[in-house]
Amino acid sequence: MTIPEFEPWNDPEAKPLIQFQNVTKRFGDFTAIDDLTIGIYEKEFFALLGPSGCGKTTMMRMLAGFETPTEGAIFLAGQDMAPVPPNKRATNMMFQSYALFPHLSIWENIAFGLKREKMPKADIDDRVDEMLRLTRLEKFASRKPHQISGGQRQRVALARSLAKHPKLLLLDEPLGALDKKLRQETQFELMDIQEKTGTTFVIVTHDQEEAMTVASRVAVMDHGKIIQVATPDRIYETPNSVYVADFIGEVNIIDGTATPNGEDSYSVAWKDGQAPLNVKSPTSFSDGQSCHLAIRPEKVTINAEKPTGVDNAVEGKILDIAYLGNLSTYHVELPSGAVIKAQSANTRRISRRAFTWEDTVWLSWTATAGVLLAT
Amino acid sequence: MRRFSLIAVPYIWLLVLFLVPFVIVLKISLSDYAISIPPYIPQFDPDSGIGALLAKLDFENFVWLTEDDLYWKAYLSSLKIAVISTFLTLLVGYPMAYAMARAPQEWRASLMMLVILPFWTSFLIRVYAWMGILSKEGFLNQFLIWTGVISEPLTILNTNTAVYIGIVYTYLPFMILPIYAALERLDESLIEAAEDLGCSRLTAFWLVTIPLSKTGIIAGCFLVFIPVLGEFVIPSLLGGSDTLMIGKVLWEEFFSNQDWPVASAVAVVLLLLLIIPIVLFQRNQQKQEEAEQ
Amino acid sequence: MKRMSWFNTVSLTLGFAFLYVPMLILVIYSFNESKLVTVWAGFSTKWYGELIQNEAFLNAAWVTIKVAVMSSTIATVLGTMAAYVLVRGGRFMGRTLFSGMIYAPLVMPEVITGLSLLLLFIGIGLDRGVLTIVLAHTTFSMCYVSVVVSSRLVTFDKSLEEAALDLGCSASEAFRLVTLPIIAPAVISGWLLAFTLSLDDLVIASFTSGPAATTLPIKIYSAVRLGVSPEINALSTLMIAVVTIGVISASLVNKRQVVRQQREEKAAERS
Repeated sequence: MTIPEFEPWNDPEAKPLIQFQNVTKRFGDFTAIDDLTIGIYEKEFFALLGPSGCGKTTMMRMLAGFETPTEGAIFLAGQDMAPVPPNKRATNMMFQSYALFPHLSIWENIAFGLKREKMPKADIDDRVDEMLRLTRLEKFASRKPHQISGGQRQRVALARSLAKHPKLLLLDEPLGALDKKLRQETQFELMDIQEKTGTTFVIVTHDQEEAMTVASRVAVMDHGKIIQVATPDRIYETPNSVYVADFIGEVNIIDGTATPNGEDSYSVAWKDGQAPLNVKSPTSFSDGQSCHLAIRPEKVTINAEKPTGVDNAVEGKILDIAYLGNLSTYHVELPSGAVIKAQSANTRRISRRAFTWEDTVWLSWTATAGVLLAT
Repeated sequence: MRRFSLIAVPYIWLLVLFLVPFVIVLKISLSDYAISIPPYIPQFDPDSGIGALLAKLDFENFVWLTEDDLYWKAYLSSLKIAVISTFLTLLVGYPMAYAMARAPQEWRASLMMLVILPFWTSFLIRVYAWMGILSKEGFLNQFLIWTGVISEPLTILNTNTAVYIGIVYTYLPFMILPIYAALERLDESLIEAAEDLGCSRLTAFWLVTIPLSKTGIIAGCFLVFIPVLGEFVIPSLLGGSDTLMIGKVLWEEFFSNQDWPVASAVAVVLLLLLIIPIVLFQRNQQKQEEAEQ
Repeated sequence: MKRMSWFNTVSLTLGFAFLYVPMLILVIYSFNESKLVTVWAGFSTKWYGELIQNEAFLNAAWVTIKVAVMSSTIATVLGTMAAYVLVRGGRFMGRTLFSGMIYAPLVMPEVITGLSLLLLFIGIGLDRGVLTIVLAHTTFSMCYVSVVVSSRLVTFDKSLEEAALDLGCSASEAFRLVTLPIIAPAVISGWLLAFTLSLDDLVIASFTSGPAATTLPIKIYSAVRLGVSPEINALSTLMIAVVTIGVISASLVNKRQVVRQQREEKAAERS
């Protein structure tokens, strides 16, 4: 059995649920969102990722209706949202602070939005019970928010915002207040609930691991602009800029100049005294164009002897070892002074580690391991 | 629309019952005393308009305030009493606030309540309580004679001493609370650090504790100084005929002499005097808020 | 546990003695048999008996309570509105003047407030009585209410209101269903503060009251100007007792709530 691929963004026929069209938002002199155009599709789990102040929260607050665009328009299911106030929008939001009403019980918190719709009492009961079951909170229905733990509060906030069947659920750093272990568990729970309810989720986060785990697509933002939108694996494997490569995970950035030497193949001259590197790149570079080679540490192999039959090999001395338990990262200094990080899994016990400080080693990687980026 | 009425209702209330009355006081302070009801001229006459009214106003009353030494003596003496009593309140209040901030955590809430409780009880009654203590045959004199400190009763009630005691007593919570708030926030490891770096207890107190509670001290001083300047009840009940305070003068000018224009002029000058400490106080509060952010 | 130094112990003991001994003496001597207030002549409650038969005092007390209830209630409504406008209102024309008018009465000498209001009432030909005192007390106590309420509103998590809007509330529903219940303790303390300020006030009431309406402080003031009297001692004792019981029980209730909440929070984190 094959699972049908969910990739509406590759389907030219698909209409996005949310459409940002040349949206700009300014607060006084400060431009929070800069001429941004993007589409988000139904049933997507879409992550807005970026450092604080990059405009991701502003984007979300514009979707919820708490901010209005200075220029441009936002469409939800084809309808211009500008004149619709927050309380009339088919979107709901899960707040970073959860914003649970402290004077109401868990049950009343979840029922709050339904009561505003003037839903019949019996239907409200059914819906609240359903949400309590979905978030495994049945036992806590009559408690007040301060009487439950942080993780439970997070689930109440989720249940409350999902209760009204929103077309779009906005999650503002939903797991920021949880400790690391609980956060990882909850990420899977969120994905599970998103799949069960089929709601479109837009999540704002500064935690790249979280974005990579939960999202179908990730938008990396900086200074009010979206730098790259792609699936997590493409963001990681083929970043479109040094910014994205550097923001997501660890990376070695090697500056050099490219010279074509075959189809999609380049020779990159870098530090003096080092042999040029062989790189394959689908994007083309002109002769002598300066470029950056971004290569992930785990794609760099560390060897005791000079390996043969590899595309690239450089010699260096181990400067530092960061032991992370499952992995070790080796900082290897080349004769030219440049430092390249190589990562390897600790498949053996540490006492039998092959390399130690000051050892001379060889680093190698394939021509397709890295990404060649323009400056 | 809803937002408009939310702003408009309290706004209009304050305009009519706070700002307009001041304009009236200002206007009457520029009018002349007359034997009529109400006892001043000119009255506003809608037929002749505002221009005619303004033309008849003058600064005569303010000139009068500078000529009759009763008034400027009263202002000076109010200032003197306010300064001295603020200092005395600080002297009594600071050690209490300090001791409260250093008291065991579980006592602090109760100590706080003990400081606040008198604030909820009637001001008038608290001042009155001292009348029975300070009079010639009062408890203080009885006590002092019984212990043999004095043989003849002292005259304290109806002197400035009684006024100082009354002010320190009634305004003490206003001094203690801001200083306590500042001292309670003070991280005790700062003092340990100062001692670690070679300060003695006393120099650590002088170089660390005092500067860090400065905003609290300033706030407390203004909270005492500003209302004391216009105080009426304390000088009128505890003070004597020679206790000159401007609040009392204004009261008598208005109720006994029925001279509304002069009473208004006295009020205007008092207000001008108060603007300086009020602005300084505001600045101190702002600085504190900025520091907290 | 840390022990207090002798200096701190002494300053606290002396300080609280200074604060409480005068009131204690007042209370003790309210039970004195003798008319001479400074000479103890045996225990008696006769001054309380005389007090409750003194119709002038009872009338004044009734007027005072009426004024205090009315003025503090109106002041609470207006003060809460003003606080909301100041904290959440954003920019509007004359905002600086507005916040100035909110804070000015807090530092205004009572003699000036009283005088200016009296001149206004005479100017517009309003007869002095209960109404004028209520207007005057409302005006200065609404400022205290708004300071108390706005200090609560400043720390109020704005996302709670946004959550209410997000879940379909109109702005006024959000205020009624979410904001007001949460800031209610501050609104209640604002009311209590306004109530006590009104009960206490002598100066402003003296300016704005007429012969038809005399409040208790005015009555007490004119009595004590002539000297100490056992009847006033008895009256003072009653007032002190009411305030003490009120403040202590309020703080006990509050403390119990805080303790319970902390206990429940701890239990929730453990589960």
